[in-house]
Amino acid sequence: MMRIAIINGRVLDPSQAAGEPVAKPVFIEDGRLVAKLSGDADRTVDADGLFVFPGLIDAHCHLRDPGYEYKEDIASGTASAARGGFTTVACMPNTLPVCDHAALVHYIRDKAVRQGKARVLPIGAVSKGQQGQELAEIGLMAEAGIVAISDDGHPVETADLMRKAMLYASPFNLTVISHCEDMSLAGGGHMNEGTWSTRLGLRGIPDIAESIMVGRDCQIAGYTGLPVHIAHVSCRASVRLIREAKARGVPVSAETCPHYFALTEQACDGYNTMAKMNPPLRTPDDVEAIIEGLADGTIDVIATDHAPHHNDEKDLEFALASNGIIGFETAFGLGYTLLVRTGRLSLRQFLAAMTVNPARILRQPLGSLAVGAPADVLVADLETPWTVARSQMRSKSRNTPFEGMTLAGRPVMTICEGRITHDELC
Amino acid sequence: MMLNQKDLLGIQLLSADEIRLVLDTAETMKHVISASSKKTAHLQGKSVITLFYENSTRTRLSFELAAKYMGAASANVSASSSSVNKGESLIDTVRTIDQMGTDLLIMRHPQSGAPHLIASRVRASVINAGDGMNEHPTQALLDLFTMRARKGGLAGLQVAIVGDVMHSRVARSNLWALIKMGATVRLAAPGTLLPPGLDSLGAIVCPTVADAVRGADVVMGLRIQLERMQKALFPSVSEYARFYAVDESMLQLARKDAIIMHPGPCNHGIEMPTLVYDSDQSVIQEQVTNGVAVRMAIMFLLSSRRNV
Repeated sequence: MMRIAIINGRVLDPSQAAGEPVAKPVFIEDGRLVAKLSGDADRTVDADGLFVFPGLIDAHCHLRDPGYEYKEDIASGTASAARGGFTTVACMPNTLPVCDHAALVHYIRDKAVRQGKARVLPIGAVSKGQQGQELAEIGLMAEAGIVAISDDGHPVETADLMRKAMLYASPFNLTVISHCEDMSLAGGGHMNEGTWSTRLGLRGIPDIAESIMVGRDCQIAGYTGLPVHIAHVSCRASVRLIREAKARGVPVSAETCPHYFALTEQACDGYNTMAKMNPPLRTPDDVEAIIEGLADGTIDVIATDHAPHHNDEKDLEFALASNGIIGFETAFGLGYTLLVRTGRLSLRQFLAAMTVNPARILRQPLGSLAVGAPADVLVADLETPWTVARSQMRSKSRNTPFEGMTLAGRPVMTICEGRITHDELC
Repeated sequence: MMLNQKDLLGIQLLSADEIRLVLDTAETMKHVISASSKKTAHLQGKSVITLFYENSTRTRLSFELAAKYMGAASANVSASSSSVNKGESLIDTVRTIDQMGTDLLIMRHPQSGAPHLIASRVRASVINAGDGMNEHPTQALLDLFTMRARKGGLAGLQVAIVGDVMHSRVARSNLWALIKMGATVRLAAPGTLLPPGLDSLGAIVCPTVADAVRGADVVMGLRIQLERMQKALFPSVSEYARFYAVDESMLQLARKDAIIMHPGPCNHGIEMPTLVYDSDQSVIQEQVTNGVAVRMAIMFLLSSRRNV
């Protein structure tokens, strides 16, 4: 196996004791982090002027494989993840067929091992076919290697099934990830409900469509004492409910996505379908609340919700266009530029939200640069500005609203279990 | 003075000066409609396509006659008899139409923003003939034309708009246009048929029809679609008529010389009694005639801009 020495870089590992980045070498051998190499390095990386972090972990993405390989597949999706600095990605089960049984879990894991440029952790469905009726074979999927369950893309509509999912998943050491959306309020809407939806003549989705379900799930978690993880939090009302629940000791955790702190509903102006997502982009006040939630720890995780779509699924009338954007290759830069550079989050807080925190929620021994840990490493340039360019992306899809945006914070090398998966330094 | 854009997508994108230009040009065009020989050469050698994804009588006919009066070659594409039924995307459909040498493409579409989607993909000038709940700019321009003709001006006018504001592109386009021209707009509708944020966009939202209509120079009714009832947005037609019809008692509250408008088609006896619809104060038939003049003006202005 390869021996890699990363020298002259400044190292920060948010899983370790507090402190500033320290100048020290990082050594990798046989896919693990080691205190020193047993022989000469096969590759010496001069990280002078660069930073060395644990590889990023994405708790929420869509790899579209199987069934929608024209949008993305495991090879292209993980190549995109690697370029974005990710070494681990957890993929949602809304594939075709739905990942609601062990055979599909095996398929995803096997294909990821053979073709992947990142560790792929499948998330299983809560209900068969994500239909919200009967529980999926959660135990058998756990045995096959899922790390959580979710009906993401759809809400678990009844409180009864959500409670049963938490109760049933608990002995299998799985967290339920909840897509919070009250369909009776959200159904038929295409963007945030407010002045902008009125102005554009589009049906709105009120923020209470999300927060009412967040409130419900916090109450179920409080009642059962079992954990729930709230996916893609987009609005102030949800942040407030999660903050209150956490203060009461409810085992709730939460994630947001870069677009919820980078963009507002105004991005939909001109019927820009690249700004169409679910939950929808909200108001400037919601953006502020998301950042406050990240800063005070109410929101634990920044996930991408990487959602590739083919051009002809976005190049449509706004109401007919698909929801979602690709996110792997812009997440780190957006977070560093908009959260850290602005002084709202420390570098450590930001990194924790993309490494050790998602590892904790997915219950994986990852996201650390401790000796003996898997050698998942990100080398990043935090100084040189770069411009988002679709043409350079590794994803099969090009649906990003950030084209042309200048960011700081660029992954220049990604190493997954000792294997170099992205390399701009050679 | 010219229009500053290739397309007419919505009133939101027009300046007050551009609106004035359209209205002034329409004055000239109105003479053509009343002449014994309805023929001009304003669109000689131009081709005009109407592409309607929704049913329409007056808007479509009004555009087609306007084009013919000005000497254009015109044709229409119906969504029901075209490749649209084979699942062709909107962009592919309009690119095909564009390649046949179309100068003016007039489109009605059930989705808000559909004209905005195609405008940058075709050489033809796109005219929005109604997109979803968003805008119906030529309707608003003909409404303003009618108001101006009857009232002598637009600035300072008190305009009451009553009915399903939520789903109405006519209400939105009129709101944008009237505010730009210095008029005051008061809206009344069931609470379930009012979109959020109207006050921040410059309208005055009134709790009752009486509050909206009191002292108004113009009272405009909007069509209520009966399928809204099935979605629980109002309880029944008779209850709607009881609280939201523009009837004689409401008219008593408006100015004596107030005019009654309706974009049509009207549900007689629901939005307004037939007596009001046909009253001396009603300018509803005049709106239809003015619609042809305004559409002639818009097509002429957009196509002459292209000649420069």
